[in-house]
Amino acid sequence: MSTITLTVNGEPHRLEVPPMKRLLDVLREDLQLTGTKEGCGEGECGSCSVLLNGDLVNSCLVPVLQTEGATITTIEGVADLAGPGERLHPIQQCFLEHGGAQCGICTPGMILATHHLLEKYPQPDLSQIQEGLAGNLCRCTGYTRIFAAVQAAARMEGSK
Amino acid sequence: MRSNAANYDLIAPPSLEAVLAVLASEPGSYTVLAGGTEIMVALGAGRLSARRLISIQHLRELRFLSASDDTLILGAGTTFTDIRRDAILASEFPLLVQAASWTGSIANQNRGTLGGNIVNGSPAADSPPALLAYEAELTLLSSRGTRVVPYTDFHLGYKRTILAPDELLYSIALKRSYQGYKTYSRKVGTRKAQAISKVAIAALARVEEGRITDVRIGAASLQDRPARMTATEQAVLGQAITADTMQRAREAVLAESHPIDDIRSTARYRGQVAANLVEEFLRSLQTDPR
Amino acid sequence: MPEFSPSEPLQTVGRSPLRKEGLAKVVGQAKYVDDLSLPGMWYGATVRSSVARGRIRSIEFGPDIPWHEFTIVTAADIPGENVIVHLAKDHPCLAATHVNHPDEPILLLAHPDRAILPAAVAAVRVQYEELPAVFTIDESEAPDAPAIWQDPAAPAKNTFKQYLMQCGDEASLDEIFASADFIVEGEYRTGAQEQLYIENNGIIAEFDREAGVKVQGAMQCPYYVVHALQLVFNLPAEKCRVIQTETGGAFGGKEDFPSVIASHAALLAMKAGRPVKICYDRAEDLAGTTKRHPSRSRHRTAVSRDGRLLGGTIEVALDGGAYLTLTSTVLSRATIHAPGPYHWPALRVVGKAMATNLPPHGAFRGFGAPQSIFGTERHMNKIARTIGLTPEELRRRNLLRVGDRTATGQLITDTVDMQQLLTRALQETNYHAKREEFARTNPGSTIKRGIGFATFFHGSGFTGSGERRLDSLVEIEITPEGQPCILVSSTEFGQGTNTILCQVAAEALQLPYAFVQIAQPDTARVPNSGPTVASRTAMIVGKLVERAAYSLRDTLLHSGLLPGDYTEQDFRTAALAYVAQHGPLKSSVRYQSPGDIFWDDQNYRGEAYPAYAWAVYVAEVAVDTTTYSATCTHFYALQEVGRVLHPVLAKGQIEGGVAQGIGYALYEKCVWQRGHMANNQMTNYIMPTSADLPPIEVAFEEVPSIHGPFGAKGIGELPMDGPAPAILNAIEEATGIECDEIPLLPEDLFARMAMPQENAR
Repeated sequence: MSTITLTVNGEPHRLEVPPMKRLLDVLREDLQLTGTKEGCGEGECGSCSVLLNGDLVNSCLVPVLQTEGATITTIEGVADLAGPGERLHPIQQCFLEHGGAQCGICTPGMILATHHLLEKYPQPDLSQIQEGLAGNLCRCTGYTRIFAAVQAAARMEGSK
Repeated sequence: MRSNAANYDLIAPPSLEAVLAVLASEPGSYTVLAGGTEIMVALGAGRLSARRLISIQHLRELRFLSASDDTLILGAGTTFTDIRRDAILASEFPLLVQAASWTGSIANQNRGTLGGNIVNGSPAADSPPALLAYEAELTLLSSRGTRVVPYTDFHLGYKRTILAPDELLYSIALKRSYQGYKTYSRKVGTRKAQAISKVAIAALARVEEGRITDVRIGAASLQDRPARMTATEQAVLGQAITADTMQRAREAVLAESHPIDDIRSTARYRGQVAANLVEEFLRSLQTDPR
Repeated sequence: MPEFSPSEPLQTVGRSPLRKEGLAKVVGQAKYVDDLSLPGMWYGATVRSSVARGRIRSIEFGPDIPWHEFTIVTAADIPGENVIVHLAKDHPCLAATHVNHPDEPILLLAHPDRAILPAAVAAVRVQYEELPAVFTIDESEAPDAPAIWQDPAAPAKNTFKQYLMQCGDEASLDEIFASADFIVEGEYRTGAQEQLYIENNGIIAEFDREAGVKVQGAMQCPYYVVHALQLVFNLPAEKCRVIQTETGGAFGGKEDFPSVIASHAALLAMKAGRPVKICYDRAEDLAGTTKRHPSRSRHRTAVSRDGRLLGGTIEVALDGGAYLTLTSTVLSRATIHAPGPYHWPALRVVGKAMATNLPPHGAFRGFGAPQSIFGTERHMNKIARTIGLTPEELRRRNLLRVGDRTATGQLITDTVDMQQLLTRALQETNYHAKREEFARTNPGSTIKRGIGFATFFHGSGFTGSGERRLDSLVEIEITPEGQPCILVSSTEFGQGTNTILCQVAAEALQLPYAFVQIAQPDTARVPNSGPTVASRTAMIVGKLVERAAYSLRDTLLHSGLLPGDYTEQDFRTAALAYVAQHGPLKSSVRYQSPGDIFWDDQNYRGEAYPAYAWAVYVAEVAVDTTTYSATCTHFYALQEVGRVLHPVLAKGQIEGGVAQGIGYALYEKCVWQRGHMANNQMTNYIMPTSADLPPIEVAFEEVPSIHGPFGAKGIGELPMDGPAPAILNAIEEATGIECDEIPLLPEDLFARMAMPQENAR
């Protein structure tokens, strides 16, 4: 067991966990943050995407020891990124309005990947969106509604 | 079928020196874990045999890019994202930047490291062909000392390398001497993104007065290790780029390729496509696309 | 075909209100089964066979595992029948004496610590006496094949089911072939395809001696699970309670399989005396659960010089895997869709499903139709090429028109005009200009481009008399807050059930969409509105919701409590007043067969489906001759689907289906090694990423159907049918090579392009 201190969605935590435990399992089991999903367990589907010190990562591939002192944002903390007390981040609003979420299981990861993408390219072109989201598999949408949601979110944030 | 994380130990000594001391104290008993994009997959699939791991992901000493007038040195902990962001790499080592952009997804590029990609030793890895083409040099560290080896000598076979049990890959050096070279790289994977190579080629050449005066070709998935295509290089070196040269190059590619059938592709396909890619490379030398 | 213009503007239907459960999904609060935990809950795992076929000789429990901490369940623990019932009782819940496919469940383990289960599963050693096995349709039907599936009712060795569907003068078929200008023959094959819902299968079960079994988890058809549990536990339906939790994709993959995993979890719960959760990881889900049936279609067609289909025979064979499961109904749909939207003066279709020692194949969007339509639409191109017509002209001369009869004898009364759909699709894709352009530019390029299309239809709802047998019931009740709440067992798994049914009720009740609720499917509360399959939810269940809503409104109007012209608040007040006076208010309606639907199950004659959705899909491809890879570069999907209830959701359905169809055609291959899926990882089962798909353009025509609510027909499965043949037709245009098998991977194109001498056709 290792003692890990980390901050998740602004909340500091101190945990006693096996050091090789996947961050994904720590979030879901130890912190009950079940918005982060497991789709494949091998870094392929992106359902477990979170922001680790601001970088998009697959939490199924991060041993928790490597998050010592880190700041993590999960889907449950995304609205807060838009401002204190916000109910929805513009990205979430746009996924809702444009049909970017169907079954919803890839949605948390997709939204975090979008957040990371828009940090890098505030007004991404289609190929940048395609590349930025290529690590997040969606079986429902064919991605078209997701692209529309991302473009709408970029416009919304750009007009602020 | 997942491994039980409680059965594994992971330590993170505070410094490079401390990591080397641990590796020296019990050589072979620790497996080095950097970005986790390979080892954690094995853990998830229940096939991680190493029980004691040592993390180097936090070591700032390993994550650097330093340029002198004639050399660019990348720390082994440089991530693919770092590589894609670097201006010197972008202008002087496009093959490596291209390879970084092909590696996994953005999330994987944020974690995966160049050193991990090399040491893991997969014949299908994305960056080795570029590093072979650029004739990279590796610096290996241990408590016993430092050695510098040409990257071409690093891989011994399928997932086997010259790295000693107490050694750590410290850095990768690239000579800044490829001005005027034409470059070519192409990855043929299972799909456009998030793909494992079926075959990939990274190549560069200097062409003077219609003849190839220098050439290096690195390849993935054609042998049991990342491989420099030396016979193919010899077949075209000093030659004009004619149909005849291309035919000889194709034959050389097939002769020095020993690809396999696996669940991703077939040996025949890999060999033939490699020959096609080399031909495409040679054609690109005829007229400068840039 | 005129665009439909409603007589009065609709308030909710035809608009795109926010998905009912969408907010929970975008903030991460939606609870899928693996997000749930019950007090004292243990975790379950499954020990599976490592051979394709054999007799179980022994089961040993290896050392180093504290077995006393585990609950262990074998077939001997089953209180009822050792069977997972679908259409027959051949499928054991747990293998007792024999296994018939790799990864077949033999034994179950439960333990409080999820993390130690994998090692325990690996420590259970099963010894087998191996028996000969078959892995393909061809092997199964070979005269010397071992008999791997036996049933007194089976039409032939290893044959699950056989159908014969004939139209026209059967006796004259020989004559027609004897005198035809051309006889065109072809064989077409499709591979297994994984549904690849991103949420794996999972169930939590509880058992109580008094109350019975309660399960909750990912599923499409709660009442199918009830039925399965009844047999396994020998309990009445009311003691088998099934709740659907938020479900992360299904596509048919959670139609029949949840009965298996629910039975397993419930057996463990019964023996452990505590709740047990089984959630598969990806590798187990891929290796152990159902896929789309592989198929082989053989066509022999008599054609006149001027391109008219004179007569034909079609043989559609499916690989059903080791147990029957839903195979005979998949075969039924494959058989009925095999003739395509064409007029056949005489036709004989033989459908048969063969047993193999693969895990049972099951439901997947399209349910047999994509398989046979692939063969038919490739064959139409082959006929065109053979007789020297364009693919377009050949189809134009044979497409069904109003007043024609389908191959089952069904009179086409929809006012749909396939000729006009084809014209529109080809115009909007610049088909003719592109065809010319590619013919001009291809010779000088290493990238060969092509454009191709498929014309097809897909029947909405259960086949034939199926809906009558289902006898679906739908209710709308008034909640304590005075709001209408829809009670159905129809489930939401991304396709939009919650949203469209609420739209329909809101429209019929003339209430705001947000005011209408829909209950979580819980068999203790919702009636059996049938399974959520077969493109039936919008049309069949939607129609029942519409009728229930009208009935509810009439009740309130006739009671005098609700004024003729009312607001949301008036409705609430009236509803609550009614409840206060008369007790709970619930309107119930049951399926009524439209009068003109007759179906002869024996002879496959009559009205196969109440309505069809019609479509023309056009694909552009680029084939790279350096890498032998084909990429779909543009996709256009035009369909006539009755009324579009929710344009955003409807487009999303079509786009998603097209994406799966592109995967089916070009990427997704199950690599079988002696019946085990060897590439059972997302890394090696290749589904398209966001970088692999082309722009997908979706267009609708709306000709409201009397069979669905406000004119809607089913659309869920339709988009799976067209992409594969359209893409392979485009590849033929691009390369001149006829490829008749999917998935078509670069290695396959390489075999055809680079080694032609070894592949004499």
